[in-house]
Parts: sequence; C-alpha cells; structure tokens
Amino acid sequence: MKSISIIGAGPAGIEAAAILAAHGMSVSIFEKSESPLSNITDKAFLFPNFADANDLAHKLAEKLKSPSITQHLSTEIVSLSRNGKGWTLKDNKGQSYSSDLLLLATGYTPFDAHRKEELGYDIYKGVVTSLDMERMIRDKAILNSIGEKPRRVVFLQCVGSRDEKSGNHYCSKLCCVTAVKQAIELKKQLPDTEAYIFYMDLRMWGQHFEELYRESQQDYGVRFVRGRISEASGTFDGRVQIKAEDTLMGLPLKMTTDLLVLMVGMEASVGTRCLAKEAGICGEYGFAQSIDPHMDDNLSAQEGLFLCGTCKRPMTIADTIADARSAATTILSLA
Amino acid sequence: MNSFSIFVIPFCAGVLALLVFSVWKYWRWIRSFDRLQRATIRRNIWSWRFLPAIWEAFREGLLHWRITKKNILLGYMHRSLAFGWFLLIVVGAVQAVLAYPHGHPFWMAIFYNYFEPECNPVDFPHAVFFANLMDALLIYVLSGLFLAMFKKVWSRPLGMKRTTRHTLMDRVAKMALWCIFPLRLLSEASTSAIYGNGGFMTRGLGRVIDAIGIADPAFEYTCWLLYSIALGTFFCLMPFSRYMHIFTEVFLIYFRQLGVHDSNRKTGYTMFELSACSRCGICIDGCPMNRELGIVNMQGVYMLQSVRNLELQRNAESIAENCLMCDRCVADCPVNIDLSVIRRQVRIKNKAPFDNKGGYTYLRNVQPFNSIGRVAYFGGCMSHLTPGITSSMETIFNAVGQKYWFMDKEETICCGRPLLQQGFENQAADLRRKNTEMIQGSKATMLITSCPICYQSFRKEYNLSIPVMHHTEYIDMLIREGHLKVRHDNLKVTYHDPCELGRGCGIYDEPRNVLRAVTTLLRTDNEREKSLCCGFNLGNPTLDLEQQTKIRDAARDNLMAPHPDIIATACPMCKKAFLRAEDIPVKDIAEIVAANIS
Repeated sequence: MKSISIIGAGPAGIEAAAILAAHGMSVSIFEKSESPLSNITDKAFLFPNFADANDLAHKLAEKLKSPSITQHLSTEIVSLSRNGKGWTLKDNKGQSYSSDLLLLATGYTPFDAHRKEELGYDIYKGVVTSLDMERMIRDKAILNSIGEKPRRVVFLQCVGSRDEKSGNHYCSKLCCVTAVKQAIELKKQLPDTEAYIFYMDLRMWGQHFEELYRESQQDYGVRFVRGRISEASGTFDGRVQIKAEDTLMGLPLKMTTDLLVLMVGMEASVGTRCLAKEAGICGEYGFAQSIDPHMDDNLSAQEGLFLCGTCKRPMTIADTIADARSAATTILSLA
Repeated sequence: MNSFSIFVIPFCAGVLALLVFSVWKYWRWIRSFDRLQRATIRRNIWSWRFLPAIWEAFREGLLHWRITKKNILLGYMHRSLAFGWFLLIVVGAVQAVLAYPHGHPFWMAIFYNYFEPECNPVDFPHAVFFANLMDALLIYVLSGLFLAMFKKVWSRPLGMKRTTRHTLMDRVAKMALWCIFPLRLLSEASTSAIYGNGGFMTRGLGRVIDAIGIADPAFEYTCWLLYSIALGTFFCLMPFSRYMHIFTEVFLIYFRQLGVHDSNRKTGYTMFELSACSRCGICIDGCPMNRELGIVNMQGVYMLQSVRNLELQRNAESIAENCLMCDRCVADCPVNIDLSVIRRQVRIKNKAPFDNKGGYTYLRNVQPFNSIGRVAYFGGCMSHLTPGITSSMETIFNAVGQKYWFMDKEETICCGRPLLQQGFENQAADLRRKNTEMIQGSKATMLITSCPICYQSFRKEYNLSIPVMHHTEYIDMLIREGHLKVRHDNLKVTYHDPCELGRGCGIYDEPRNVLRAVTTLLRTDNEREKSLCCGFNLGNPTLDLEQQTKIRDAARDNLMAPHPDIIATACPMCKKAFLRAEDIPVKDIAEIVAANIS
C-alpha cells in the first residue's frame, strides 16, 4: 500500500487521514500549529443546528488516534518537490519527508480586518471581528469596550469578501448565516441588547439557513439593514459611531453602537498560497486550483497531488468534511 | 574679393524665413499673455533678474546641465550639438570680422572657406589658427551627431530606454540638421582639395578627394550648394518643428526668471512652454504608466504635442485625462515645463452642471474660540478612511498639550483639489470658499493637515492668512524644539515619498528627520524626486484596479527590497494603496511616532 502525506490537520486533513488509514495506507499528517483543528476550537456553536463546536473537534481529534497515522505537529511545511514518482516535503527546520502521494489540506485564514482601516479595527476598542465575537459567545462574556453589557451590537457583512478594494471579488459563503447565528446567540445571552445586521444581500443558501433568518427576526428581533458601512469612528465614551446608507430607504444614516462586529471573509492561508505556487497549481486569489469543479475536484494538475477543503475555495465545515471523504475515495481508487 | 555666389540664396532665404516666422510667432504669443503675466513682466522687467536668466540660458540652452546630470553621454550629445554649433557660429563670425576689417555680407562667416580659399598670411595672420580651431569645433559637433545617430539605433547607453516617436515634420527637420555638418565638412574638403586650404581635418579629407580624382570646381560648387540647401531647409522648418525650442527656451527662461507663471487657462506663456519642449522624451522613461503598464502615448511630450498640433486636438482630452498627475515628468523635465498645469488646462470642464442650491447646511456653524495657540487640524477625506492616522495625531496633540480644533471630525467637505485635478474648477472654487470661511472664522493660528493632497491645496490653491503645515512638518518641529520626547526603537523602515508631498510640495527632509528620530531608516533605489507613485493617486480617472495594482506593486517592490520591518508613508491615500496588498506592514509616520512617545 502506498504512503501519503497530508498537509494541514483541520477537519479536511483529519477526515481524509482517518479514511485512508482505515484502508491501510500509512499516513503522515503535518500541522504548523501546536494542536490540530485550531480553526474549529475557537468557535462556540456551529450553524445551522447550534451544535457544540468542541464536540465536533473532539470527534475529529479521536480519529487521529489510528496507529497508521503519524502526526507531525508544530511542523510547518515550507516547500514541496517531486521525487521520482513520489513527493518530498521540507519543513521550516530543514527536515525532509518523503511519500508516494500528497494531499493538500492547508485551508484558509480569516481576512485580516486591519486591511479595512476605515472600519477602525484595532483602533477603536468597540470594533471586533466575527472571531472575537465567537470567543465572547463561547466564554459567555459579551462586553463592550469598558466592560459593560452592550446596549447595541452591529454586525457588518462582507468584510474582505465581494469587495473590489480589498482585492477579493468572491463571496466567502458562510458569513451571512454566521452573523445570523451569532445575532441569535447574542439575543439568547442578552435579550435586551439590540442587534443589527448590515448586509448587501443575504445569501441563505443552505438547508435551514432561510428558516434561521426568519427565526432571528420573528423570535429574537434581530434587525436587518441593507447597506454597507462606509466608515467608523470612536466616540468619547468608548463606543463606535458608524456611517452607512440604508439602500432600501435611500437615506444616509448614522448610528452609535457598543460593538461593531466585522464578519471577516475567508482567504487562502499562507500555506495554501506558498505551496500552491510551488506546485504550480495556483488558482484565483491564491487558492489552489483543481482540474474540474464537477468530476475531478480533488485532482490537481500535478500527478499524485490531491486537494481537499478550503485550500480550494471558501467552504462550510460540512462541505469540507464531505470534500475530504470525496478526496479519500479518489485517492483510494487511484492508488 | 568675391563675396557672392548663387548657392548662398537657399541659406539666406532660410534665415529670412526663420526670422520672419519666429518674430511673428513670438509677437503673437507675447500679445496673448494674460493680465497677471503682463503685470509681472512690467513690474520686473527693469530688475536684475536678467542676470540669472542669462546664466540659466547659457547653462541649460547651451551646456544642457540638467540633462548631463541625468546621463553624461546624453548631456554630451546635446551639448556638443548646441554649444558646438554655437561656437562654430561665433568663432566663424570672429574669423570673418578679423579677416575682413572693412565689412562683409553676413553669409561670409558661414561660407568663409569657399570665398577665401587662399589664406594669405599677410592679410590675415591668424588664418591657420582659425582654420584648425574651426576644424576642432566641427569634430566636436560631429561627435555629438554620431552619438545622436547611435542613439537612434540603441538608446540605452545614453540613459534612455524609450525615445520619442516624432511627427513627420520633426523627422524631416532632423534629417536636414543631420545633413548640415557632414555637408559642411565635405564642402570645405572639396575646396581644400583644389586650393589646399583649411585646417587639419579638411585638408586631410581634401587630399583624399584629390586622390580619388573628383576634385574640380563643379563638385566643389555642388557640395556648397547642398550645404546651403540643408541649412536653408532646416531654418525654414525650424519654426514649425521641435527645433523651435532652441530660441524659445531662452525666452521661457527669461520670463520665468521675471516671475511669470502659467495660469489655469492657455495663454501666450503656455505657447512658449509648448514650443520650449525639445521633445527629448526624457519624460517617458520615468512615467509609471510606461514603466508598469507600457502605455506610451500620454507622457508629457505627447500631451504637449497634442495641445500644440491643432489637427490632433481631439486626442488632447483623452491624453490629458490618462495621467496619474504624480509629477514625475515635471521633476524629470530638463526644461522645467509645468506639465501638470498644462494638463489641467486641457482637463477643464466648466460646462459640467453645477448645482449647490442646498449649500453646506449640514456643516455645523463654526464658533470662534479662544484662538491663542490653538491650531486647526484638517484630517482630510482620505484620513477618514485611515482612522489610525487621525487618532495618532490626536494622541500627539494631547501629548504635547497642543490645543486643537479637529475641523473635519464630524461633518466635513473636501479641500477641492480632487475636483480641480479633474478640471471642475467652479465646484472646487466653491469648496475652497466654504473651507476658507470656516478656517478664517475659527481664528485658528495654524492649519495642520494629514493629507498631502489637502496640504498642496491649502498651500497653493487657497489664500489663507495662517501658516499651513503637513503633520510630518509639525511633528518634526515638535521633536526639534524638544516639545515631543520620543524614543528610538529597533524598527527598520523604508519611507515612501507621496507624490503630492514630495514632488508636489518639496517636503522630503521633514518626514525623514522624524523617522530617523524614532526608527532606523533604510535607503531605497527610488527616493525623493525619483520616488514611485503608489498608483492610487486621484489624478487618473481612467485606470482600472488591475492597472493601479501593477503600479502599486512596483512601488511596493522598491520599498520592500531593503527588507524593512514596515513601510512608512505620510499620505492616507498611499497607505490605503499599500494596505490593499496582502502582507505588507504599512504605517503612517504619525502612527509610528504616536507609538514611540516617551
């Protein structure tokens, strides 16, 4: 049986590793962080069913315990090269690893909100990202900049997605429903706090997403405003003043809020960018390119190099896990 | 003494045509100066300013000093043609005056060797010396001509990647010019072949002609006739080709020394500027539109050409619009033509509808405050999109106990410069009027701005009675005078000169002083006048994002080459441009200082 190296121990990498190991492959999985699944463990609950993110992380982590899987944590793969029919990887400490096959599961990184400076992230204390909000929800500590219960929270969609100015024309796909989910969580914890969501258009594409959107309005009183926020500024009492246009009313508006939550999009991670470039399989926006989105979505232009998960494009966790299984099937059928 | 032959007629006709057309053109242009320009001339005409004008005309018109600073070979080429020819004429005239103390027709100086083939040492004792000197000068000119021809084939060694695409008229005139000096050598040599006169070079070539066996008066006459025709053709074409710059530059230098400026309408002075352009094409290489996008039809030289040539007028607007207004060509131009002002003249759109019935009612009324030591701070529209800059400035104001009025913290209007750059003069003027009213009404003692675009506007387009400072100047002053104590950290930075601050207003040292006080400043390859535009300048309404990004990336690569920890800049526009690229740490000088207050 052939050996395979998997780069990235997120849901994609782990799910594929587990299946391949179960079919007798010897699997090496590389993760640059100290622990796997760091992009799930910082979440509280998952849409659309409010499942506990920790549970999922646990279940996935369990799968890594197979004896045919060798874990290399804190190992950042910085280069890859062909080695006869197989592949050689090199990490940042200079160590090399060889295997017959290679699966890229290097994933995404959240958009760096500093790049939209007009929204004041890291400048005004009341401006946070959706990741910060998720942590606050998890810790049951949703507080404004002076440590008090917020009276109003504004969510802003499409920060770093569908935005020509930040260079990302694509939709990150899951921010719409995440904001709705977070607003509901907020209202569950703090029923008296007002929640506003500023959006361009709401893309409630998945199963139960539309229902969640309706629920948020009917049962929780979340208010939706169509329009983007053009700029934010701090007020003397540590709150945030936003300027926006309500495009349904056709009116400019100003609003003061305790928290401004930036729903940051997904970008190709540094690992995805570098390794896709090195392998010559660069697609748009630094993501890796598969051969065909319908039939060969796990194959790359390089023989023996497979792709799965958000190194290709933004995906939800459910999509990612399904894609990992599809990658495993593809690999097994070819190996 | 024989002093006339038919072949001098083309030359004389050429001189006459040149005189008539030049005088006619100059007279027309001077008459169409506007009132301010006339008043300036009238006021300063009797001053001593003609002295520096003479020096500058000599230095630039003949020695081509600015071109030499760009490239020694290129400077040599221009100098040998201009200064060499000038000396040929002057020394030839002196020779003629000494040889004919009792007067002579003016063409004798040009065709001296033909009319005076037998040098008689009794009549003219210095004949041999002059003959050799004239030959030496001719070699000097011919060496320049050789370089010019070489440049046509391969311009790189002369410091030019691209050269100008000339019009037909310019090319014909150039051919005539290129023929003049070889023909002169040939004519003199053909005379020398018969009479054995001339200097070291003509005599040598004369012997060769003699040896070949073509030395006879008919051949000699033909050569001199062709030489005369070449001269005549060149002089006739001069007023209608780029060679008009030879005389026009002298006039332009003089007017400029008198204090005349271009206005926002095309005037006679503009015509002088248009004609003073030698179409050397030095403006092409530095232009970011050429360097990064390969667009080579809108640089200064082509813009002036489109304005000058009436039949191309319909192109003028699209050429004028397609420019970043980064002023790189203005810095590079060896004639110092104010290209951006002329470009703006073409951009004027006064027919655009203008409606401001609503006024500026959304602006709060300004209350005059106790103005002692209070400054007005104008962040600028772009700084609103980079709140890191404005909040850092507030930190600095508070750290030094500066009382300030943040005049555009809430409601705000634009300084007007972006509209002015696009030719919307009336709209820009209205914004200036309102801002002036607010600033004067506040009784602030100084205006500080964070945006170089606003800064250039307040300094050049407003007429404020209080000093205007960019925040880098202000911070530099605070540090220099000991009001602001900063600590030096280990950060390595490169500094990006914003176009509007550097080339626009000449502020190069203050930002660097500040950065040296708090960080380690690294050098880059393109600094100060040569700095690269970030591509997101408001000057060009026609570029798309991809093109802007290409220009930005070139500037980024230049700044990242010395491996700095961060890029420092002093313009919210440039900061936004670099922020848009992934993984580039970029900070405004104010932010770096605010983080290092001790």
